[in-house]
Amino acid sequence: MSVKHLKTLGWYLFLTGIGYVFLFPLLFMLVSSLKPEQAIFADLYSIRAILPVGELSLDNYRQVFEKSNVSLYFWNSLFITVGTVIMGLFVNSLLAFTLSRMSWRGQKLVLAVVIALMIIPLEAIVVPLLLLASKLPSIGWEGGMLVLKSSWLNTLHVQMLPFVANSFFIFLFYQFFRDIPKDFDEAAELDGATPFQIYRHIIVPMSGPVFATVAILHFLLMWNQYIWPIMAVQGEDARPLMPGIQIFFGRQSSWGEIMAYASLVTLPVLAVFLMFQKKFVTSLAGAGIKG
Amino acid sequence: MEPKSVTRLQPDIQEQKPRRRYVFLMSTPALLGLFMFLVIPFFMAVGMSFTDQRLLSPNETSWVGLRNYDRLLNVSGMVQEPVRDEAGQLVLDGDGQVEYPRLRTLLRSDPAMADYKLFSSWDLGEKRYIVLAKDPHFIQSFINTLLFVLLVVPLQCGLALALALLINRQLRGIFLYRTVFFSPVVTSIVVVSIVWSFLYHKDLGLFNHYLQAMSFGLIGPIDWLGDPAWSMPSIVIMSAWQAAGVQMLIFLAGLQGISPDLYEAADLDGAGPWSKFWHITLPGLRNTVVFVVISTTIQAFGLFTQVDVMTQGGPQGSTSTVMYHAVTKGFREQDIAYGSAISVIFFLVILGIALFQKRLFDSKGDK
Repeated sequence: MSVKHLKTLGWYLFLTGIGYVFLFPLLFMLVSSLKPEQAIFADLYSIRAILPVGELSLDNYRQVFEKSNVSLYFWNSLFITVGTVIMGLFVNSLLAFTLSRMSWRGQKLVLAVVIALMIIPLEAIVVPLLLLASKLPSIGWEGGMLVLKSSWLNTLHVQMLPFVANSFFIFLFYQFFRDIPKDFDEAAELDGATPFQIYRHIIVPMSGPVFATVAILHFLLMWNQYIWPIMAVQGEDARPLMPGIQIFFGRQSSWGEIMAYASLVTLPVLAVFLMFQKKFVTSLAGAGIKG
Repeated sequence: MEPKSVTRLQPDIQEQKPRRRYVFLMSTPALLGLFMFLVIPFFMAVGMSFTDQRLLSPNETSWVGLRNYDRLLNVSGMVQEPVRDEAGQLVLDGDGQVEYPRLRTLLRSDPAMADYKLFSSWDLGEKRYIVLAKDPHFIQSFINTLLFVLLVVPLQCGLALALALLINRQLRGIFLYRTVFFSPVVTSIVVVSIVWSFLYHKDLGLFNHYLQAMSFGLIGPIDWLGDPAWSMPSIVIMSAWQAAGVQMLIFLAGLQGISPDLYEAADLDGAGPWSKFWHITLPGLRNTVVFVVISTTIQAFGLFTQVDVMTQGGPQGSTSTVMYHAVTKGFREQDIAYGSAISVIFFLVILGIALFQKRLFDSKGDK
């Protein structure tokens, strides 16, 4: 072996060592979720901690499903996330379309306001938002009939509607739409296309990348929501996964069960991430740079 | 091109009206959402911070002026003389320590001081210096948050830059490592906090095991999350590890924007790797560094989830943060007005950092 090869090998070893540090907690979580409690501790201090060896079973998962209403939380999370992302893609891109490809009075002002709003972090408004949500009336489903409720708290929509419109996503759409050549819409306009038809048949088909980017960012944001649901949702019915696992963790459950729960929460995102990993990486990097 | 100009010239007033309707229909949903759930709560926060609004209360809300802000920010100090007996000698307590007048009695006796509580005190010479605050928890939370920011920003940004430099090379399968370094980012911070709580465990945890093994048992088990001195650094290390992937990608994009010619020229001059890093890489990354540092700082100020999952602000308030205090007051104790005042202060800090960033970028544009 030449010196060059040795050097390359050294790099790989070094990178793998660092990779181990980054991957260890994740692998440990997944592997431990399959092991009985004693095996987790017995394997902890050797490489076996991240290897699926020994007596493996789905017992921990079974216990989690028995002790926690995890399937309800899972469907709540999925509904909240998917629903909000779909509404968000639609609503945010529509506003961005009017800002970037139509001209109207007040447009510049609205754009400036949208950009200025990006500076307000969610954390700065959760407390007043809680009061607002407690005062908004809503219609709910209780005992097989529709009832009028006096507050939005403890519902699914209180976790969705406030997060549909997002100034940062509007800005990402705006930037992308702005750079599409105007010739297309002008031609379509001459053919008598309405603005909505231009949006639907010209802009949307050309904007796959930005829709994917916003969908991924919004998905992560919604799936990982924590501070808002712990405040706005006290009951079980509308509780999503993150508060669910936190409560389970606080109950001093066994570590194997906690790891099984953590794996259940993580696996869907991990699967989506591995499927679209290239897109994920470019989205997050691009969003970071532009933001 | 004939028909185009013809159509253009027609002053089509009838067409303008439906167009305006389209603008209205297409922009309203998002604008309504932003207005309802961002603009209104924001002004509510400002407005309510001058009231005594509670989440659920039979009493009417009333204006209280700056009382909430006074409670949050009012800090005072005093110097105490030790107790002396009639002969002027120092009085020692049971443990042989110099005795000072009881603070609580002192504060209660003076109506102007009655709202103050002890924040910190230390003895120097034959005097006791005392710092008082109306809400010592907030002052502590604010200092904790600053400490978190000061520790996590250099660590996370440094780690991210190191990782970016590592993977910015032509090696087969390098993208695999990029994915690995990035994977904590897509893992929820709640899950990360739970898994790390296990690794940080005093008796069973992995960190203490390795620490003891590597130091041959010299370094005893550290109670990472249970010792006030270690709790915040523990959260810092985990947070930097979890989030560095994002900044790594931003640095990587920055690195790839530096012209390779510069490095080739440096090679011809016989520059070593350090010199190349200092004279080419870092200057080339200036914009990126400014952006990454500021955005990481803004994010770090909002620290909440890790604390809520791992330590609930403890031990002894050592991990309570501004946001944790806001949620404790505004939600758990239902004092919306006070929580709003904390939110406003939080926002002003963020705004200050953002304006500072803008000035940095602007001043660069002038050069």
